[in-house]
Amino acid sequence: MIVLLKRDLALATRAGGGFGLAVAFFLILCAMVPFGVGPETSALRPIAPGILWVGALLSCLLSLDRIFALDYEDGSLDLLATAPIPLEGVTALKALAHWITTGLPLIAAAPVFGILLHLPGQATGWLIASLLIGTPALSMLGAFGAAITVGLRRGGLLLSLLVLPLYIPTLIFGTEIIRRGAEGGDPTTPILFLAGITAGVMALVPFAAAAALRVNLR
Amino acid sequence: MSIWEYANPVKFMRVSGAVLPWLVIAAAVCTIGGIAWGFLTPEDYKQGSTVKIVFLHVPAAMMAINIWVMMLIASLIWLIRRHHVSALAAKAAAPVGAVMTLIALATGAIWGQPMWGTWWEWDPRLTSFLILLLFYIGYIALWSAIEDADSAADLTGVLCLVGSVFALLSRYAVLFWNQGLHQGASLSVAPGERMSEVYRYPLYLSMLGFLLLFLVLVLVRTRTEIRRRRLAALQAREMRA
Amino acid sequence: MSLLAVHELAAARGGIRAVEGVSFTLDAGEALILRGPNGIGKTTLLRCVAGLQPAVEGRIEMAGDSVAYAAHADGLKAALTVTENLRFWAQIFGGGSVEQALAAMDLTALADRPAAALSAGQKRRLGLARLMVTGRPLWVLDEPTVSLDAASVERFAALVRTHLAGGGAALMATHIDLGLQEARVLDLTPYRARPGRSRRPAGFNEAFA
Repeated sequence: MIVLLKRDLALATRAGGGFGLAVAFFLILCAMVPFGVGPETSALRPIAPGILWVGALLSCLLSLDRIFALDYEDGSLDLLATAPIPLEGVTALKALAHWITTGLPLIAAAPVFGILLHLPGQATGWLIASLLIGTPALSMLGAFGAAITVGLRRGGLLLSLLVLPLYIPTLIFGTEIIRRGAEGGDPTTPILFLAGITAGVMALVPFAAAAALRVNLR
Repeated sequence: MSIWEYANPVKFMRVSGAVLPWLVIAAAVCTIGGIAWGFLTPEDYKQGSTVKIVFLHVPAAMMAINIWVMMLIASLIWLIRRHHVSALAAKAAAPVGAVMTLIALATGAIWGQPMWGTWWEWDPRLTSFLILLLFYIGYIALWSAIEDADSAADLTGVLCLVGSVFALLSRYAVLFWNQGLHQGASLSVAPGERMSEVYRYPLYLSMLGFLLLFLVLVLVRTRTEIRRRRLAALQAREMRA
Repeated sequence: MSLLAVHELAAARGGIRAVEGVSFTLDAGEALILRGPNGIGKTTLLRCVAGLQPAVEGRIEMAGDSVAYAAHADGLKAALTVTENLRFWAQIFGGGSVEQALAAMDLTALADRPAAALSAGQKRRLGLARLMVTGRPLWVLDEPTVSLDAASVERFAALVRTHLAGGGAALMATHIDLGLQEARVLDLTPYRARPGRSRRPAGFNEAFA
């Protein structure tokens, strides 16, 4: 199973893999916001957690359609479906590869972009924590959306339409952690909720994603 | 004879065709009757005449949720028992549900403007309906994007299942989120709580009317879908022969 | 002993049965070639056997994890080298030697080239070399000789013969003569599905026709 993860990581980091594009998009997004709302700290500080989370979410969305589409086109998915690995495992591993190549760089970059948006210093730790807990769910739900739209020629836009509403609970609890952390409150409750969502998603969504893949393969 | 007999397309067409005219009459009488009766009720001492939109707003909101539940059940029947009419009924119901959600949101905005002084408030209840609308849109878009009917039925079924879980999850997340913003300061005027009988009976009639209206629409749309599938099937057979 | 037994199989494409009532068995060391006009359902039947799509009716009996499937798409990654591509599938399937497979399809000289640099025929050869590294006994091949030249077709026939001699079996759909005299041929034309019989519908197109 680890071979599949290694191959996906190798493909993502080699030429044409699109590695780092998500972070670049995240940077542009965070740089655009002050042009829209004004450079004052008083304007930026309250919306910084939300902007960072929405930005991470949208950056994550960019590369979702590649999770299965390339393997579908070149026939690898057919071969993986006949391989001794269960398809549920394939979807979970592909989501994990997506998280490592997209989610982790976003998390690493987020504190820097937090400075751009005047995020208070004591909230930075909560920003990283909330993204670490929440982004795996984004990748897994994205893999589900990618599995549903893999057979469609122009599935990209539809994919966003299907996946974004599924991101709402994660977004709500993720930003709530930072907001409470920044105000010096107790973020335990949203952390537990967010972790619960991520755990539930990791446990159950691979089955839905594999079911969707099987439908698209037949 | 079991209830599954009606999942046979031919039988469904025959029975629904016989029932439909009566349903149309009943739906028209109840909907128009309920709204007209509601219009003749006395004005509320606090809300004035604006209260009368409740006879549109509440039934539409009720149906918006019920239709999604009906789609979930129909999707489950399709995924488990493979009854084709069930999948088509779920497809037929989705746009009706989306329009009901829109009516609930629009009438809510029209009611909210004189009452709360704003067209839109990020109240948990309103927000939940907006999210429900997003789920309806995604579901409808997926149906229309997939050409192969069998794949479309399966994939939308799976989406409906996962979507239901997340719609429910969003409902409670939104409750949490809004409390986080302003402590329990909800502007929502919960209808039904202190509603006098003058309003209650026309509201019940109107709700029954909306339910019947939904049944009429979903039957008509399912019949259309069945005819469309039959046309496609005949064309496919001709191509193959 | 028989590696694959198919009983009264019906397979559907686009919600309509394409073939029905197909029965055959495939023993170790045997090859079976499916023939029939375009659209009869050769690909559909092969995908059923490979487990990629459910059969509408009938039974397919075989040991679990015994199929190696190869179709029009070779499952190659342009950014990986020939060896890397092959090693990946060898590790996924837990199968045989990459070097032997490369030698068998005359790809040793290209081992370190990226797959993007290969010609269509070379890609095809790499896709077929993949069958060897799966270590699976039952090869299910859909038009395996597309874009191969005469010498490569011969080489492929030799590969299949070695596989059969080693106790394997092959089920394939092909239009050209591979020169495998020992292979049996099954013409699917008589098994074309006829509409109108009352039965469980294969999909929307049968449920409403």
